[in-house]
This record gives sequence, structure tokens and C-alpha cells, in this order.
Amino acid sequence: MSKTVITSLGNELTSQFDKRFGRAEWFCVFDSKTKETTFIKNEFVNSNHGAGTKVAELMFELKADKIISGDFGPKAKELLEELNIQMVIIQDSTSIQEIVKRIVV
Amino acid sequence: MPRRTRLRKVVAPPEFKGYKPYGTNKESQEYIELLYEEYEAIKLADYDLMNHKEASELMGVSRATFARIYESARRKIAQAFVETKEIVTVYGNSWMDETWFLCSDCHARFTIPKTLEQEICPMCSSKQIESLNQK
Repeated sequence: MSKTVITSLGNELTSQFDKRFGRAEWFCVFDSKTKETTFIKNEFVNSNHGAGTKVAELMFELKADKIISGDFGPKAKELLEELNIQMVIIQDSTSIQEIVKRIVV
Repeated sequence: MPRRTRLRKVVAPPEFKGYKPYGTNKESQEYIELLYEEYEAIKLADYDLMNHKEASELMGVSRATFARIYESARRKIAQAFVETKEIVTVYGNSWMDETWFLCSDCHARFTIPKTLEQEICPMCSSKQIESLNQK
């Protein structure tokens, strides 16, 4: 039904949550229908300019409904708002596993 | 008559209501009001490390106005430090570009897109949420 993207420091469920959005290392895509998680490497992590915008576009291509991260840059925020993607900000230092557990109720 | 003050765009309001000094003997109730746009100016210039030109465009004001807001913010913080006063954040002349909500149970902050009908916390499904844009 819905896809949630969680920014992650690594490509495993035990990886730490990444508080950056545009320059997050990995993206964990969680599908609430199949309960499957897939990890996608962020290719824009080292781009000099506009990482947030490019990643926001990627989120649209992934058909994400919800993104969980620590902060969103102003440009990414503007774009995600237009694309009707929900932004969630949490400041907890936790693992991907824990976050997935919290959103599956 | 002076021109009206243009509203400054603030991406997200501060996550706190204020700051209080500790370890001081001074029992003072005095406080300094830091405007949302001043908090935003400090954030953009010193945390996001933007130059004043970029930051001013983001806030929808001229570069000179941005510089004034930023200067006023720095002076207020300095005054609060030196005179051991509390800092309280107030709305000021700002508008938010998106409605942010705060969950009272798990403290997650989030937006609710137009396409979403139910107003619940996306992290813990709690209905105890409050809008951060109204004081």
C-alpha cells in the first residue's frame, strides 16, 4: 500500500539511522504491503551541488509516500511538499530495524 | 509612514520554546525575545553555512534585510549571554512554508500532505498531535 523511505548509514537492517537526507549514505525502502525492505545506495552523496533536489526526484521515482530522516534541506523540502510526499523528522540515534518496528503497528 | 514589513519565510520553526541559563545566582525573570526569522537567519548562515545572498533569497527578503535580521539575532544572543537572560522564541514577522506537526507522544515532527486525510502521527499512529505553527 505505501512505501516508506528511511535514510540509513549502511545497507543492513542493523545499520544506524542517517540524520541527513540529501547526503544520506543509503536509503532503506520499506514496503508496508509486502513488508520487504530494499536498500538503495545514494549516488548523489558526493555531488557538489543540489543533492537534496536530486534525491527528492529519486523519491518520486521510487513512489515513496513517506520519508523518515533527521532534517530536510530547504530545496528538498519545497520539492517534496509539491510532490505530496510526507516528511517525518526524528532525532533519535537508532537503527533501521527499530524504526521499521515503530512504523509497523 | 514607513513601508510595511514583508513577511520572512521560515522553513521550519525552532524545536524549542526558549533557552535558560543555569549556574547563575541571578534570580531574574527577564528574557529576550528571539524572533523566528532571527533563529532562521542564524540557522541558514551559521549552521547550513549559506552565504547571505542565498539565505536572503530563501527567506524572500533582500540581502541587506537578511543582514539586518542576522545582526539583530547575534546581538540578542550576545545580550542574553552577557546579561544572563533567558531567550524566548516568538513568532515575529514570519510565515511558514509548510505546516509542521509535532507528536506529543513520540516527539516526531512531520508534515501532512494534502493527499493524506487522517491526522495521525506517522511514527506511532498517535492522535495527540499539535501544529507547530500556531502559538
